[in-house]
Amino acid sequence: MATGRDDFVIAIRSAFLKKKDKQKFSLLTLIFLSIFVIVLSNFNFKAIQVVKLGINEVIYRSTYIASIPENKLKEITSKIKLHMGLYETHQKELIKIENSEQLKLQNEFLTAENKKLRELIDESISSKDIFARVLIDKDSPYLKSVVLNKGTKDKVKIGMAVIDEVYLVGQIIEVNYSNSRALLLSDLNSKIPSVLEPDDIQAVVSGTGSNFGTIEHTQIDYKEGFKNKEFIAYTSGLGGLFKPGIPIGKIDNSSDGQINFFSDFTQLNYVKIVSYGFGGEK
Amino acid sequence: MSSLNKSPFLRIFLSYLPIIMLFFSVFNEFDFNYLKLDYFAFNFVHLLIFFWTLRNPNQLGYLAIFFAGIINDVVIGIPIGISSFCYLVLCSVTAYLRNITLSPNFMKDWISLLFTILLINSIQVIILDLVFLIKVDYTNYLINSGFTFLFYPIFFLFFNFLNERISYQAND
Repeated sequence: MATGRDDFVIAIRSAFLKKKDKQKFSLLTLIFLSIFVIVLSNFNFKAIQVVKLGINEVIYRSTYIASIPENKLKEITSKIKLHMGLYETHQKELIKIENSEQLKLQNEFLTAENKKLRELIDESISSKDIFARVLIDKDSPYLKSVVLNKGTKDKVKIGMAVIDEVYLVGQIIEVNYSNSRALLLSDLNSKIPSVLEPDDIQAVVSGTGSNFGTIEHTQIDYKEGFKNKEFIAYTSGLGGLFKPGIPIGKIDNSSDGQINFFSDFTQLNYVKIVSYGFGGEK
Repeated sequence: MSSLNKSPFLRIFLSYLPIIMLFFSVFNEFDFNYLKLDYFAFNFVHLLIFFWTLRNPNQLGYLAIFFAGIINDVVIGIPIGISSFCYLVLCSVTAYLRNITLSPNFMKDWISLLFTILLINSIQVIILDLVFLIKVDYTNYLINSGFTFLFYPIFFLFFNFLNERISYQAND
């Protein structure tokens, strides 16, 4: 019995402490080092932040360079697909153009009217746009996020909205000197205060980790209504970070209460990072 | 063909191939861990580290594995050090298995992999969810663990072939 225990201790000791010919560090040293790094990354000291920013800068740039061949391949594949479906897309676009002409006129009138009404109640919303390119779009089962090529040097701040065309896609959660990370709406940790139109229901759009979202914090009887009606989710502006009315996604009869986001998060190349000022704010 | 087998370039390339594969998988945007398919994903890095640290640890240094973990954390966006710790726990299990095994057996390795993967994924979930309060999808982890376990025989054949080529080149 004692011999068995001795063998176990010897095997453990050998596994953790013995260095092989080409190993420069023992396993135990590196395990302690990684625990030390995890503990340090939990603190917000200035020195740790600087080191973290440095590591992020170098690794983001390296990943971008390492992914160039793969991204080129993706680009070629998507171009080929586009060519194959050209006729079908053209027919769909024609119908869209016809409808959009009418909507454009209506939109111009409503925008002007909205502006006048806001002036009457002395409420104005100003915005500042920063255009950014998506550097890294590495999906993972743990975090749905993208790395953008604008950082503190371009005055990007945590909490700013990330917009694709006119649709909300996420918000900035980490800022480095020349790049930043945006948490996508599809992430489990994303919660956006929103309003569901046309019934004006206040709700929170939450990510699920998949390519759709869910509605949280609404009454059960509202949820029943989702089954046979189409709803559009817009930002409500209640969080104070985003302006009200940015389109997020749609709930229709076929989506079973799930929100289908307007923007395709797998196809993001260029986005806008936007900060909003309300009333007299700059 | 025989001259190609003895080429010094090929020998060097083959000896660095496990490290190249490791860094390529953590740096690159393409990830077997997330294939945009419902209910299908596996962790290639775990399989790579498990095989090479078990069968030929001289080809994959612990320091390289530590740095690969740091890079993986930064690219994925989780707190730095978690992947390194998990990879090193995987290395500890393989080092222990190597010490207690006289003749390697595929079936024993395969079953050990299942327990090891469940252990390291549990550690990762505990650290992310309970310490850093980052919400994670448990189903994804379970599916990932399952497929990583199931895919081991396929990658075992590939890595074993590669390992034999490396040993052949080194002994030549």
